[in-house]
Amino acid sequence: MATVADDIQHRSAAEGAPSGYQYPDTSGHFGRYGGRFVPETLMHPLAELTDAYERYLKDPAFLAELDNDLRDYVGRPSPLYHAERWSRELGGAQIFLKREDLNHTGAHKVNNTVGQALLAKRMGKTRIIAETGAGQHGVASATVAARMGLECVVYMGEVDVARQQANVYRMRLLGAEVVSVKSGSRTLKDALNEAMRDWVTNVDNTFYIIGTVAGPHPYPAMVRDFQAVIGREARAQMLERAGRLPDVVMACVGGGSNAIGLFYPFIEDADVRMIGVEAGGEGILTGHHAAPLCAGKPGVLHGNRTYLMEDENGQIAETHSISAGLDYPGVGPEHAWLKDTGRAEYVAVNDDEALAAFHGLTRTEGIIPALETSHALAYAAKLAPTMRRDQTIVINLSGRGDKDMDTVARLDGIEL
Amino acid sequence: MQSRITAMFGRLRSEGRTALIPFVTAGDPSPDVTLPLMHRMVAAGADLIELGVPFSDPIADGPVIQRATERALHAGVRLRDVLDMVRAFRAEDSTTPVVLMGYLNPIEIMGAETFAAEAAAAGVDGALVVDVPPEEAAELAGLLRPQGLDLVYLLAPTSDAGRIARIGGVASGFVYYVAVKGVTGAGNLDIDAVAAKLAEIRARIPLPVGVGFGIKDGPSAARVARVADAVIVGSAIVQRVEDLMDQPARIPEAVADFLGELRAAIDGADTGGSGA
Ligand SMILES: Cc1ncc(COP(=O)(O)O)c(C=O)c1O
Repeated sequence: MATVADDIQHRSAAEGAPSGYQYPDTSGHFGRYGGRFVPETLMHPLAELTDAYERYLKDPAFLAELDNDLRDYVGRPSPLYHAERWSRELGGAQIFLKREDLNHTGAHKVNNTVGQALLAKRMGKTRIIAETGAGQHGVASATVAARMGLECVVYMGEVDVARQQANVYRMRLLGAEVVSVKSGSRTLKDALNEAMRDWVTNVDNTFYIIGTVAGPHPYPAMVRDFQAVIGREARAQMLERAGRLPDVVMACVGGGSNAIGLFYPFIEDADVRMIGVEAGGEGILTGHHAAPLCAGKPGVLHGNRTYLMEDENGQIAETHSISAGLDYPGVGPEHAWLKDTGRAEYVAVNDDEALAAFHGLTRTEGIIPALETSHALAYAAKLAPTMRRDQTIVINLSGRGDKDMDTVARLDGIEL
Repeated sequence: MQSRITAMFGRLRSEGRTALIPFVTAGDPSPDVTLPLMHRMVAAGADLIELGVPFSDPIADGPVIQRATERALHAGVRLRDVLDMVRAFRAEDSTTPVVLMGYLNPIEIMGAETFAAEAAAAGVDGALVVDVPPEEAAELAGLLRPQGLDLVYLLAPTSDAGRIARIGGVASGFVYYVAVKGVTGAGNLDIDAVAAKLAEIRARIPLPVGVGFGIKDGPSAARVARVADAVIVGSAIVQRVEDLMDQPARIPEAVADFLGELRAAIDGADTGGSGA
């Protein structure tokens, strides 16, 4: 396995190439997207964070510690699994699953929290805060906080607290305080609002671990860089396994961290199609969805400019998705840029299609995916049959479905 | 032509007095309260009115102003309605400056250029866009300035010398010092720390400095008046609005009483203390 230090070198080499993809710019913009739209109080802390991040990303001791943690604590590298039976059933392209569900805590989120927690420790912060939707990022934050002996407060919308009870309990077991957020739509965006308010108030001792590639600069770049280990491994694994790059890489998009983590190392491989799958909810035409890239327009929320779901007056719209982790009206600014430049494609699949794919993978491969992930699976189930049998799709299997047992059982009329 | 904001601060300076700036959320608890409330606030001693533009995701606001925002949104109040309120206010008051305070997204969606033109036509004097720091402000400021509108910048306890200088280079009208680390309505202000920071700000920015966050009553207003050019009070006023939301007709009077108290405390500080 390539070490993180190697990976970082690979990354900077790619970025340094004259034709290379070099985003964000030094002020944190991806074209017209991204930036730092925050109250003045946070500008200095963000500058400090950016400095620390840039410094430690070149610090061999930091990278070695990150490497160790990713290997021994997270369980990396995660396998790339050829889903032969499911591929055969779909009757087209060969599907490979990047098994982020096998990570400690059951999702890709921990790649990022391990990295940010190490940074928090280096910066001398004693308190961690996080927002969470599905609870996966909250659990991943509470986990690293427990391990490092840091105080941890997780903000979670009241609606999500109700639909992700098991994760709420896990966070509390891990010693975190879970604050149920009752403002606005009481989902992920409101949890983020509340975490920002906490950070403004406690900025001296507190490190805010944002769970996706959203927020003000440097978060979209920093979270991407911590998640890019997914794509670097997947790229090397495909080359080793198949002797060539995949035809398509695909992931679900909530805020967009598991997607960008997979995409980023493929960005300069022009022949690799990148497809992000948003939550179509009850259908784009019903308006009840969470698909800003497919059906939103540019605006400013949570510290960056990106595509948003909003009304004609610029008020942020309520979103709907069967999966709490995709139930967010914005999306990371880099995805907005990749959409506008045409380098990546974005599509949406509905709740019922995601649910069908959830059952499909569970029955044919014995892998129970998260409902978020099931959106990517659902689109693969549409795309694969249109492709040749010698073509390949890599899907980021971003998380496991244990947390969704209640939701799925209820849809089947069963109370657990 | 001198702006209303500059004229107001010039007049107060020559009188040796500190400005009182109340903040209310436009349309809270209902749209018809705001216009009479604005006039009553002026009569009670307000020198400039900050009018909050409701936004669904007010990350810089504490619970009191969050609830006000939700009431106003629920009552259907949007940016265009706020501009209409200012237009109506200007029909009777041509001197008291009005600054809109809010977040960028409603302005973006309207189009910053359209906003600048319509706000100027309605009689708005400036905008304080909480999530637009100087680094992101060039475009908006460039559209507001030709219309004679000031973009009011925030300064915070975390703003170091470099940031203060940078803001000094772009600010116009006045600057707003956020006296506590926190959201609106939070915390208790440490007046010595505020005084020290204001000295640092004044050394680099020649504009009037307003101080807000953490001012709750006469005594805290008086303490701030000794060091600031303007005392800005938000949550404590909005709380009084909320207390009377079921009897909205009484709101202007109750807020005016409170402003009267603040005004007296500030004027007392101005004549007794070292003044601004
Ligand atoms: C398993 C899983 N996948 C995907 C997501 C969506 O987040 P992102 O788009 O940042 O990867 C979440 C969020 O909670 C998640 O738990």
